[in-house]
Amino acid sequence: MSATGHEDNHDEHHHHKETFVTKYIFSQDHKMIAKQYLITGLIMGFVGIAMSLLFRMQLAWPGESPVFEALLGDWAPGGVMDADMYLALVTIHGTIMVFFVLTAGLSGTFSNLLIPLQIGARDMASGFLNMLSYWMFFTSSVIMMLSLFVEAGPAAAGWTIYPPLSALEMAQPGSGLGMTLWLVSMAIFIASSLLGSLNYIVTVLNLRTKGMSMTRLPLTIWAFFVTAIIGVISFPVLLSAALLLIMDRSFGTSFFLSDIFIQGEVLHYQGGSPVLYEHLFWFLGHPEVYIVLLPALGITSEVMSTNARKPIFGYRAMVASILAIAFLSTIVWGHHMFISGMNPFLGSVFTFTTLLIAIPSAVKAFNYITTLWKGNLQLNPAMLFSIGLVSTFITGGLTGIILGDSTLDINVHDTYFVVAHFHLVMGISALYGLFAGVYHWFPKMFQGRMMNKNLGYVHFWITAICAYGVFFPMHFVGMAGVPRRYYENTAFPMFDELTDVNVLITIFALIAGAAQLVFLYNFISSIFYGKRGVLNPWKSNTLEWTAPQEHFHGNWHGEIPHVHRWAYDYSKTREDGEYVIPGQDFVPQNIPLQDDEEEMNH
Amino acid sequence: MTVLLTLTVLVLVGIAIWQMTKIFELSQLKTDSSEVGVASDSDNKYNGYLLFGFLIFIYAITIFSFYKYTKFLLPEAASAHGAEYDYLMLISFIIIFIVQTITQALLHYFGYKYRGEKGKKALFYADNDRLEFIWTIIPVVVLAGLILWGLYTWTNIMDINDDDDPLIVELYAQQFNWTARYGGEDNVLGESNVRMIDIDRANVLGLDESDPNASDDIIVKELHLPVGRKVNFKMRSQDVLHSAYMPHFRAQMNCVPGMTTQFSFTPITTTAEMRRNADVMEKVKRTNKIRAAKNIEIDQDNIALAAAGEPLKEKLDPWEFDYILLCNKICGKSHYNMQMKIIVETQEEYDAWMAQQQTFDATMNPAQ
Repeated sequence: MSATGHEDNHDEHHHHKETFVTKYIFSQDHKMIAKQYLITGLIMGFVGIAMSLLFRMQLAWPGESPVFEALLGDWAPGGVMDADMYLALVTIHGTIMVFFVLTAGLSGTFSNLLIPLQIGARDMASGFLNMLSYWMFFTSSVIMMLSLFVEAGPAAAGWTIYPPLSALEMAQPGSGLGMTLWLVSMAIFIASSLLGSLNYIVTVLNLRTKGMSMTRLPLTIWAFFVTAIIGVISFPVLLSAALLLIMDRSFGTSFFLSDIFIQGEVLHYQGGSPVLYEHLFWFLGHPEVYIVLLPALGITSEVMSTNARKPIFGYRAMVASILAIAFLSTIVWGHHMFISGMNPFLGSVFTFTTLLIAIPSAVKAFNYITTLWKGNLQLNPAMLFSIGLVSTFITGGLTGIILGDSTLDINVHDTYFVVAHFHLVMGISALYGLFAGVYHWFPKMFQGRMMNKNLGYVHFWITAICAYGVFFPMHFVGMAGVPRRYYENTAFPMFDELTDVNVLITIFALIAGAAQLVFLYNFISSIFYGKRGVLNPWKSNTLEWTAPQEHFHGNWHGEIPHVHRWAYDYSKTREDGEYVIPGQDFVPQNIPLQDDEEEMNH
Repeated sequence: MTVLLTLTVLVLVGIAIWQMTKIFELSQLKTDSSEVGVASDSDNKYNGYLLFGFLIFIYAITIFSFYKYTKFLLPEAASAHGAEYDYLMLISFIIIFIVQTITQALLHYFGYKYRGEKGKKALFYADNDRLEFIWTIIPVVVLAGLILWGLYTWTNIMDINDDDDPLIVELYAQQFNWTARYGGEDNVLGESNVRMIDIDRANVLGLDESDPNASDDIIVKELHLPVGRKVNFKMRSQDVLHSAYMPHFRAQMNCVPGMTTQFSFTPITTTAEMRRNADVMEKVKRTNKIRAAKNIEIDQDNIALAAAGEPLKEKLDPWEFDYILLCNKICGKSHYNMQMKIIVETQEEYDAWMAQQQTFDATMNPAQ
C-alpha cells in the first residue's frame, strides 16, 4: 500500500506496521528512498574522486609510487601504473561522476526528497516504481563496481565509449568483459532513471496540493520537473546506442563498425559508422549536462533566495530560462562532433544553437547576482556553496563560448582546455549544488539534526580555493596543446615544461580530496550526533518545513497544508514598511494572504 | 622523496583544517542554542570578508596563471588560416575576461557588502522587466557577432576544394602510429581499402595494386610539406577512431574507420623559420634546461644501477623544435605516444626529399 495524495487514506499510515526491511531497505517512502540515493551516490562519489586523485598523481609524478603499488596491485607492476589502467581510471571516474553521482546522487536524492514535500503530497505518484527505480540504480552501481575486479580490467575507452575502441576486444583489454559489464550496468541505470523521471513528472503534474499552481512552484520543483522531462526524452536514445553496441560486440552486426583491420586480420564488419554512435551518444550526452546542472541550479535558486532573505529575482525569467535551456539542450549535441568528420554545414547549425544556449544561462547568472543585491545574506554553508556555484558556473560557462564556436573548437577540441571547461561548469558547479542541498536539507532528511556549520565552512573554503587551483591553470595546459587522456606527457619534449603545472594541479586536487573527508566526517557524525535544530531552521517559506521532523509515511499529520502564495515572500512589507507578518521576515506558502496585502503578480 | 613531500603537505593541511575549525568555533562562543547550526552575525561577518578575499584570490590566480603560464601557449600559427583563428580566439578571450572580471566582482562584492546582520531589512525586489531585457539583449548582440564571425571563418576553413592545385596527402592512422601517403607524380591517391592490406608483401595501407594511380604513390613515416602550397589531407583509420591533431597549424580532424575525412590548410612558415621564432627559441632553451637537469638525475641513478648490474636508463637528447602530429582521440594503450614529425620546407628541399623516396610500385616489386 503506497501513500498517495488522497487525504482519506492517510489514517492508515499510522496503523500499518513497518518492519526493518520495509522501513529501511525496500522502503516505498520517498524520504527514505532519497536518503538511499544520497548515500549510494556519496559512496560512488568517493570512489570516483579517489580514482581522479590516482590518475592526477600519475600525471604529476609519473613512474614508481608506493601508493599505486598498494592500491592498484597487479595493475601497477613494480609500482608503475599500467597505461591501460590509467585509461580505465579515467573512464570509470567519468562514468561514475556523471551518471552515478551527479545524475542519480543529485537529482535522485533531491527530486525524491523535495517533490512530494514541496508540492504538498504524501508521497510520489507510485511508491513502488520509486522503490524499483532506486534498487535498479543500486544494482547498476554494484555491477559497475564489480567491473573493477574483472581480470582484463574495467571499461577503458573513455566515458563516451566510442566504438570501434569499445567494440573490439583486440583494440584494448578493457573492451572485453569490463565493457560488457559497463553496458549492462548502464542499461539498468537508464531504466532506473526513466522510472524515476516518469514518476517525478506524474507527481508534479497531478499531486500538487490545493493552491499550488504551476506558477507558485518553487524553482527547485521546476528544475526537477524539467530535468525529468529531458531525461525521458534523451535517455532512451542512449539505451538504443548501448543496445546497438551490444549487438555489434556480441552478435556480429555492423551498426557502428566498418572496414577494420586489426592485429593482422580484416574483420567482417561492413557499412556501419562510428559517427552514428557519436550522434546517438551525444543526443543523450549533451542534455545530460543539463540533467546534471538544472537540479543544482534549482537548489541554488531556493537556497539563495532563502538565505538572502529576498525573493529570487525574476521568477518568470528563471522558469523561462529553465525551459529554454531544456529545449536548446536537445539540439546542441553536435558541438561535441565538429571535427568528427560530419558535414561542416551541420557544424554551423550546431554552433548557432550552442551559442544561443548561452543566453538563458547568462540570464540565470545575472538573476542570481541580483538576488544577492541588497539582501540580508545569511552565509550558511549551503549559501556559500550556492554562491560558489554561480562563480564556477560563470567561469566555466564563459569558456563554452570558445568551445561552442566550431572554428575555435578545432584547436582546443579534446585538449585539457575542454577538461577544465566542463569540470568547472558542470562537475564542480553540480557538486556545489549537491553540497548546498545536503547542508540545507540535512535537517529535513535526518529528523531535525543539523550539520556542523564550522566544518561546513572549512569544507567550503578549502574546496572553493582548490577547485580554482586545479582547473584554472588547466586551461593553459590545454592551450599549450596537450591532449586529454594521455597516460604521460613525456613522449613529447614540447610538453616537458608543463610538469610543474601538473604538480601544482595535483597538489590542489589532493588537498581538495582531503577536504571532502571533512564533509564525510561531518555528514556521518551529524546523522548520529548532530544537534537538533528547530522545525524551520532556515526560516524558509516552502512547505517541507511545515512537515514534522520525525519521518512517517505520509509526511503530514492531519490535513495536507494548502498553498496561498508563491514560495518567495521573503522580507515582503506592507505599505507602512512593516513586514507582512510583524516581526517575521518571511511568509510561508501555507499562510493565507493577509488583509491589505497584494499577491505578487509574478 | 616526492611521496614524503606529499605526505608532509597533507599533514600540514590537516593541521590547518583543524586550526580553522577552532578559529570558527572561537568566533561564535555565545550561540543561542535554538539557532544551532545556523549562521550567526559573526559567521556572516567572517564569511563575508572571506568572500571578498575569495574575489581577490580569483583575480590573483588569474594574474598568476597569465604571468607564469602564458609562455606555454602555442607559438604563432604556422598556417594561412591560423592568424584568423588566433585573432578570433583573442577577441573571444577579451570578451570573456571582461565579463568574468565584472560578474565575479559583483557576485562576491555583493556577498561581502550585504552580509547578514540581525535586524537588517532586505529589499523586496522580485522583478524588473527592463533589467531582464537588458541582460538578455546584451548577450544576444555579442553572441550574434561571435556566431557570425565564427561561422564565416569556419565555412572558409572547412571549404575543401581543389582550387589552387593543392597537394594531396593521405594521413593514415592505426594503433599506434601514423603513415602519410602522397599521390606521387600525378598527385592522385590510388584506390585503397583495408581488405587489400597484405602484410607479407608490405602493402600495409591496402592499396589497390591494379590501380595505375596507386603505383606512383609514396608512403612515408615523416610528413614533409612544401611551404606556401595548399595541402588537402585525406584521413583514414584502419582500426579505431583517431584524431589527427596538428596544433601548430590550428588543424584537427578525426580519422574514422570506414570513411575518409578531410582537412585543408596552407603551411606558411618553414620548420627552419619557426626554429628562429623568438618564442620558440625561448621554449627550446627552457626545455633543454629541464632535460639537462633530468640527465644529471639519470646519471646519478645509473651509477647505482650499474653497481647493481641492472640495465641503465637512457639519457634524454636535447630537443630541437619540430612541428608535430599527435593523436587526440583515445585509441588505446599507447595513445599517449602516437606521433609523427612534420617538416615544412622550401619547394626545393621538398623536391629533393621527394626524389629520394620510393614509389609504391618500387617497394612492391623491388626487382624491377
